[in-house]
Amino acid sequence: MRAEDYRSEKESLAGVPITVETYKIGTVYYCHIANVDPGAIIARAQGSSRERAIEAALQKTKSRLA
Amino acid sequence: MRTYAHPETLVTTDWVSQHKADPNVRLIEVDVDTRAYEEGHIPGAIAWNWQTELCDTVRRDVISKTNLEKLLSRSGVANDTTLILYGDNNNWFAAWALWQLKMYAHADVRLMNGGRKKWLAEGRELTTEIRAVNSTTYTVTGYNDRYRSFLRQVEKTMRDNRFVLVDVRSNDEFTGKILAPPGLPETCQRGGHIPGAKNIPWAQACNDDGTFKSVEDLEALYTSRGVTPDKNVVAYCRIGERSSHTWYVLNYLLGYPNVSNYDGSWTEWGNLVGAEVEKG
Repeated sequence: MRAEDYRSEKESLAGVPITVETYKIGTVYYCHIANVDPGAIIARAQGSSRERAIEAALQKTKSRLA
Repeated sequence: MRTYAHPETLVTTDWVSQHKADPNVRLIEVDVDTRAYEEGHIPGAIAWNWQTELCDTVRRDVISKTNLEKLLSRSGVANDTTLILYGDNNNWFAAWALWQLKMYAHADVRLMNGGRKKWLAEGRELTTEIRAVNSTTYTVTGYNDRYRSFLRQVEKTMRDNRFVLVDVRSNDEFTGKILAPPGLPETCQRGGHIPGAKNIPWAQACNDDGTFKSVEDLEALYTSRGVTPDKNVVAYCRIGERSSHTWYVLNYLLGYPNVSNYDGSWTEWGNLVGAEVEKG
């Protein structure tokens, strides 16, 4: 198996710069959200689509940064 | 484009693809996110957990000689094994592992340039199978204490012109605007930096794809801030892991002769009663 549709994008969430990394392995989409510097993981999630994985990871991130 | 000072310490994803089944090569994944390995990893790779396997879990310290020997033995590593380390986030914690292995004088340890990110982005082969390894009996044969600095040494060096301190944390941590990166616990009592330190955030040594910048770009990055090869360079960050990445860059990519990692870093200095702190 291989990772497909790998993306790494920098965004801002409530003023905090974050990196949103997504990819698909097999039938599962993974999303990892980290702070931009140093890049420590804040939240991770998986889903049946990229959007669902991102949404779930963002929810966890918001809760952890609150 | 010039080559790195020690290109033998770095391999490409292509090289790993060609050598991953070589019996004398052991692939080790060391991630910040310790669950990433389970999603899929390079066939044949095993994982080390930086939080439990690469440190002393009782007192604050790096892994002991005895525990490193146990870790390497159960990982099937012999003294002549070529160890290839890779991980997420620009090889952040893979570099932490490499620093410790170099201190304990393992002969052949290298980073996979670009780390896990590049492997995934290139759509290379992955597996969730965990490779069974035959245990070895590993014996540590040396210790390079010059790769590590302790508090007392740093206190002496901060006023010595022959030394330069490099704070590789983010600018907001360096200036004291924040005590810890977002999402991480605040593990220091005061914000700021060690007086005289230069701020060169660690990840500036990397390209967007996670690979290291060219010699020319790295030289410009460090020398423009006064971090030159004629100095004794001491790198530090928050707990010593980001600075192990910079230690690798200065030591092996640029070939600076005297570079050490102060792994006590800001969580030590920023908690000291009476320590001098510079802000801004």
